[in-house]
Amino acid sequence: MDFALQQLVTGLSIGSILLLVALGLAIIYGSMGVINLAHGEFVMLGAYSAWALQAFLGLDLLPSLALIFLMVAALGWLLERAVIRRLYRRPLDTILATWGLGVLLQQLVRLTAGGELRYVQMPETLSHSVTILGVEASAYRVFIFLAAALLFFVTWFLMQRTTIGMKLRAVVQDPGVAACFGINADRVYGLTFAYGAGLAGLAGALVSPLKSVAPEMGTGYVIDAFMVVVLGGVQSLMGTVVSAFLLGELSGVIAFLQNDTVAKALVLLAIVVLIRFRPQGLFVARVRA
Amino acid sequence: MSIKRRDFLKGTAAAGAAASVGFPHIWIKDASLAWAAGGEIKVGVLFSLTGTTAIIEESLNKATLMAIEEINAAGGINGLKIVPIVEDPASDPATFADKARKLVVSDNCVSVFGSYTSASRKAVLPVFEKRNSLYWYPTLYEGRECSKNVIYTGAVPNQQQDEFIPWLIKNFGKKFYLIGSNYIYPKEENNYCKKLLEKYGGEVVNEEYVPLGHSEFSSVINKFKSMQPNVIFSTVVGDSVVALHRQYRAAGLDPEKMPMASLTTSENEIAAMGGDAAAGHFTSAPYFMVHKSAENERFVDAYLRRWGKDKVTHFVSEPSYFQVHLFKQAVAKLSPKDISPTTIREAVKGAEMIAPQGRVRIEADNLHTWLWPKIARARSNGQFEVLVESKEWLKPLPYAAYPGQTCTADGLKQT
Repeated sequence: MDFALQQLVTGLSIGSILLLVALGLAIIYGSMGVINLAHGEFVMLGAYSAWALQAFLGLDLLPSLALIFLMVAALGWLLERAVIRRLYRRPLDTILATWGLGVLLQQLVRLTAGGELRYVQMPETLSHSVTILGVEASAYRVFIFLAAALLFFVTWFLMQRTTIGMKLRAVVQDPGVAACFGINADRVYGLTFAYGAGLAGLAGALVSPLKSVAPEMGTGYVIDAFMVVVLGGVQSLMGTVVSAFLLGELSGVIAFLQNDTVAKALVLLAIVVLIRFRPQGLFVARVRA
Repeated sequence: MSIKRRDFLKGTAAAGAAASVGFPHIWIKDASLAWAAGGEIKVGVLFSLTGTTAIIEESLNKATLMAIEEINAAGGINGLKIVPIVEDPASDPATFADKARKLVVSDNCVSVFGSYTSASRKAVLPVFEKRNSLYWYPTLYEGRECSKNVIYTGAVPNQQQDEFIPWLIKNFGKKFYLIGSNYIYPKEENNYCKKLLEKYGGEVVNEEYVPLGHSEFSSVINKFKSMQPNVIFSTVVGDSVVALHRQYRAAGLDPEKMPMASLTTSENEIAAMGGDAAAGHFTSAPYFMVHKSAENERFVDAYLRRWGKDKVTHFVSEPSYFQVHLFKQAVAKLSPKDISPTTIREAVKGAEMIAPQGRVRIEADNLHTWLWPKIARARSNGQFEVLVESKEWLKPLPYAAYPGQTCTADGLKQT
């Protein structure tokens, strides 16, 4: 019984980290259809921003989160205007271009900040353990779970209940008709891409006290993020949540029973099998065909 | 204008004659004036200055160059100046092989100092063996190699573990959890560790390998909690070290009851994981920056003055430093026209010097180094506290885990 609860909590923690990282991609790929292979680098830039703000301005992690979101979102907006905008409806070119952007960003960071592993300090208030449902867990991991839930709720709210979300959904469905209604598609796309990038940056910053900050940390994250989004069903936010926690729980359990190498392989196999039989993912967005 | 055949043949013959006179070493075999020519002796320095392993390797580059500068400032080797030719293999084993070839063949280096990862060493080995040149390798590694063209100045498993494992069993208990990154170095170290555990009555509760670069350790920590080992013998490397330590601490585990014992966590990794996550865990290595000896104080002082007050010296940069001095010692015994990789190798067998860690010696049989293993505990200020220093230096046995094989002066022998 104890083991089951411990595993549940562990799986929730792994799943919440997956959700954090995948949420930005769920917006960019899910809602906009842009295959952004530089997503991992946005995560990495968020982590580096957290380090830079801490090392050079002495800002602790929690107060600097808003600033990090804005910084990475601004970069995302710039990239969208400069590069991505020209490549809508050209998926192969987008893949190449975003991959190139990713490499560029990685090497830029390596040239300026150096290749060493960097240290981001965990907030003092969260550096202890708490007991949840009789199981001991790190307070910081609980915080990440709450942050992931909050960000998901905010994103859902933005998409479903605000005007900008409605505009985005309109533009995604049919840009021509949306333009007839007076919606500025360019601006909507720009803001959405920026929001997705900002979310990725936040994810990187939040995760950095548990791991290390290195220029190549993004590559692992972009793979995980795509797996979560594709499994959950592109265009479905709910699907992203469910698949994140499903994958988190699954890899946690297999890693506990076997080891992490086996877990990685089996989870990937499970995803492949599932996609084979249900190519549209777990949750399908209903479209009027 | 057309060239007549006669003129063409005359021109070619003249050019050929000029070439053979001007470059005698293309037809004189082993023209030793090529190795130490014009009062200079060329050596290669082959450490990555860019790429993933650059962080560590550039400190090895710095230590090597500093040693060369010291030797030249003191008059060189019998008046010969050492000229370092620095190449950057960019953390890629194939590039290591290319640059090694360039240093040995085109640049005529009599020795090359280089490599951190085993992958890079294995990539350059064919170059040195084919050309019968000499490679000086300063990094701790998994053993199981017996090349006559490499001088190994880093620790092998028996030197790092022979005193460490029994000490851990005595101080903490018998149950060991072995966790490493998924490649050859951790697997060989764990192999040797299991043999020692069997000898000293220890027990392996679990042995697992995580992918390189893996950073999500919550399931592993759950296993720690459920299996309750006395010691976590960790051979994870790179980002994984930092992630494991930080998550261990975030989970509230106690290093006094379940410490992590490592062979690879140095002053560099402690800086990246933060003092809190590092404190209380143990490392076994022949050298720590805080080691108290006159030699080490001089070394650390010179290094910090030369490269910056924020730098650290560690158990790979120290061998990078003293191996150059051993090189100098060997070459000094030879007369300039006798200098070649083969004669240097023969001269360095049995050579001794006082290194920052203590007196070291190159073992004639296997070209590895006698070293002084130490056990230290990390402190929250980013440095180590040395708890145990071995009373005697330890002979290197690269095949200690394979009792049927020994590395001798004539190569690998099956016993």
